[in-house]
Amino acid sequence: MSHSKQNPFNAKLGMAAAALVSAWLLQSGCGGGKPAIQNKGSDTMVNLALAWAEEYSKVCPQVKVEVSGGGSGVGIAALVNGAIDIANASRDMKPEEIEQAKKNTGKEPKEFVVGYDALAIYVHKDNPLNEITLEQIAQIYAEGGAITKWSALGVKIPGSSSDEIVLVSRQSNSGTYEFLREHVLNRKDFRLGSRDMNGSKEVVELVASTPTAIGYSGMGYATPGVKMLKVKKTPADPAFEPNVANTLNKTYPIARSLQVYTLGEPVGAIKAYIDWILSDAGQKVVEATGYVPVPASARVKP
Amino acid sequence: MNLTEPVEQDLVVRNTTRPAWAVLGERALEILICLCGISAIIFVLGIFFFVFKEAFPVLANPKFSLRQFLFSDQWYPTSELHKRYGVLAMIAGTFSVTALAMAIAVPFGLGGAIYISEFCGAKTKETLKIVIELLAAIPSVVWGFIGLTVLSRLIVRWTGAPVGVNILNGGIILALMSVPIIVSIGEDALKAVPDSYREAALALGATRWQQVRHVLLPAARTGLLAAVLLGVGRAIGETMAVLMATGHAVHIPHSILDSVRTLTANIAAELGEASAHSTHYQVLFLIGILLFLMTFAVNLAADLIVRGVRRK
Repeated sequence: MSHSKQNPFNAKLGMAAAALVSAWLLQSGCGGGKPAIQNKGSDTMVNLALAWAEEYSKVCPQVKVEVSGGGSGVGIAALVNGAIDIANASRDMKPEEIEQAKKNTGKEPKEFVVGYDALAIYVHKDNPLNEITLEQIAQIYAEGGAITKWSALGVKIPGSSSDEIVLVSRQSNSGTYEFLREHVLNRKDFRLGSRDMNGSKEVVELVASTPTAIGYSGMGYATPGVKMLKVKKTPADPAFEPNVANTLNKTYPIARSLQVYTLGEPVGAIKAYIDWILSDAGQKVVEATGYVPVPASARVKP
Repeated sequence: MNLTEPVEQDLVVRNTTRPAWAVLGERALEILICLCGISAIIFVLGIFFFVFKEAFPVLANPKFSLRQFLFSDQWYPTSELHKRYGVLAMIAGTFSVTALAMAIAVPFGLGGAIYISEFCGAKTKETLKIVIELLAAIPSVVWGFIGLTVLSRLIVRWTGAPVGVNILNGGIILALMSVPIIVSIGEDALKAVPDSYREAALALGATRWQQVRHVLLPAARTGLLAAVLLGVGRAIGETMAVLMATGHAVHIPHSILDSVRTLTANIAAELGEASAHSTHYQVLFLIGILLFLMTFAVNLAADLIVRGVRRK
């Protein structure tokens, strides 16, 4: 009996449901064919990648993005073996890695720049030092470098009797480690005896608890316990603070691009995901996690 | 002989009357249990074979020097200019952290085992055992995290060391992880000593300390040594906690406030990135063999000590 009587509320609900289903069926923005995207790599980018995945689950709930870290090297190694769909890397893929990927999977890795990061040099918040030159960073971190004491930089650490610089570095699978080695140390090796942390966050944490420490990590990891040094190319140049503007206009000397790699031209759900990352919504997440978004004019979509 | 024969016959007769499924089932269970027993050997041999197979090519590589591997502290596996594979600093790191951990854990562990087994009341005993089991169940990353955040700050405050992640930190964390193992196994060993020993000692007029020192400890020595050995095993084999607590610095330590890197932590940190069958990958497996030999030597030494003690 109640069936024959048209309940206006039920009818509306039914129509709404039908509209939703058809919208979902027609929706091509999420791509098809792949319910889960495997995403792995850079520890610098892991917070960003997680934020993307979470935000994307609101846009396209039927696509699951599974994110893990481990370091750029780990992500690229997994991509080369064909184990994942998207590798995050805070360094460029090396020619031999590209060769290996072609040999293993028959596909050429494709690179997409998804953001920028300024590599910040961190010291304890009470450290009186404010500026540093690239040469000084190299002398501090490189094997055989001349600077091992804070007095060589002209500072005295308040409240500490020790003058020795406590080096905090990253493990060798880190893209940040390789970036610093290539762009600041001129491919020289790191000094042995540094505390090699297994994540950007750990570096900042150790520097925050150690008054005589110096460390490096993406600027997104800054906390109230640490200070980011202004960096200048040569003693004669002006020093620049690591921030969004200085990264985009390239005045901050140790900024780098953050990229994702896919095997071959991305299709289906993977293409849709990278498209979304490079949309305004995806780039807003980049800004929110402390990195520098790619300007609309510079975005290269798949 | 004659007496036993009829009994045996009787058994055989009874066996044939059992239903076939029971006989088969028993046989199957026997085989299963036998396989469980043998599996330990198979797994050990399998692991040994696999680790050797992965590491062996590097020994044949003319560019690789075993001497440099063992006696150089230069560890540059990913260098672009000059790759060097020396693990001396990490051997020193492993030894120093393990030795400190044992120096702390063995007295605490054995003392705890003696107290729980011999001195405390039933109620305290139950509580202590539960709490100690809880301590053993804490995952190693959590220990590492405590080392990295809580303990490192305390060490900086107490000792004035520039960095809180060092041998002392790693040693304390590892000791805290080994103590529950030493206590529970040590307590079992002491419990296994027959009460008649205790009664005899008391009857001879021994004080409780004399009873423990001269009767219980010698009687339970094999079990206590096993307890200590498992503790050492945990300390040498532990990865995650030491990775976080020791500072992971390739550096031959000069004091217990220096940061070090252990062999296990190095494998854990680097195996993920080393591309399969590269020299770096093979050297990491060679470190695995080195660890194998070290634990083997520890076990062998302990075994010889026990035998020596027994012969006396």
